[in-house]
Amino acid sequence: MINGIIGRKLGMTQLFAEDGTVIPVTVIKAGPCVVVQKKSAAGRDGYNAVQLGLVEDKPIKMKRVTKPMRGHFEKTGGGLPPTRVLREIRLTEEPEAEIGEQVKADLFSDGDMIEVVGKSKGRGFAGTIKRHNFQRGPMTHGSMNIRRPGSIGQSASPSRVLKGTKSSGHMGDARVTARGLTVAKVDAENNLIMVRGSVPGPNGGLVVVKKSEKQKG
Amino acid sequence: MNRLDAIEQTQLRDDIPEFQPGDTVRVHVRIKEGNKERLQAFEGVCIARKHGGARETITVRKTSFGVGVERIFPLHATIVDHIDVVRHGKVRRAKLYYLRDLRGKAARIPERDMRQKKKKQAAKK
Repeated sequence: MINGIIGRKLGMTQLFAEDGTVIPVTVIKAGPCVVVQKKSAAGRDGYNAVQLGLVEDKPIKMKRVTKPMRGHFEKTGGGLPPTRVLREIRLTEEPEAEIGEQVKADLFSDGDMIEVVGKSKGRGFAGTIKRHNFQRGPMTHGSMNIRRPGSIGQSASPSRVLKGTKSSGHMGDARVTARGLTVAKVDAENNLIMVRGSVPGPNGGLVVVKKSEKQKG
Repeated sequence: MNRLDAIEQTQLRDDIPEFQPGDTVRVHVRIKEGNKERLQAFEGVCIARKHGGARETITVRKTSFGVGVERIFPLHATIVDHIDVVRHGKVRRAKLYYLRDLRGKAARIPERDMRQKKKKQAAKK
């Protein structure tokens, strides 16, 4: 059973619940995906997985497909047009799905617990206040410590900065998994999944939606 | 946001009357008390319409026992049972936040002449 799908984040909006409350939702255009490759623990790969390709409205032009990728898609026995995006979904058992099989948004139903993997928005070189939620110093009274990190360690012993000390540096543009999300609504006809709450990454960014191992109830 | 228009379209209500900031409206809100549901009316001047599509909200201001009260309603929410337009006001801006600093006679809004508009609408039909 494949338990994940590739999609693109479209943006956020809101839905009205039956009890009159407003649910903030992120809309994800999920799939349709095709199984491009199967990997099994018994085979030479040594683990169970399927490789999915995201079928987009505008397929990639053949002249843009590199030779190695062309070869990879020819291995499927032909018939599968190359896709821009390939992602692997790890499985616990041997993959039952056949190559070329479609995975669609109807994999999920309302109320499912899910995880969403995305790439967070890049923030560049960020200070400690933005990056590690440090407090800032006083703004006035001669303060020269407005956005500085403060003390980063002790004195002659150990006379170095401990490894892992929170500091300024590059923030964002990293793989982030948002756990404990729930599906608010599935529109299988239009391949849309509406997830309650926010999801990592910019609008239009690539995300992988997976079922949580722990389901509620 | 065009890509989300189709989703917001499904959330829209079509029974909302036409009104603008400056108009006096009576909003009937569904209130749940235990198992019973009843309607409560909130009447006041609409001083702002914000956002758009399914996310549109209205700010209604009234003076209750000399104290200004403002409530913000999501226009398309199910808790709003229906809206009556009581009076059309003539104002020159979209956001009437200046009313917050005014009271009594100064906070009055002149009535908008709707005769021409009604004629046009009747002709259209």
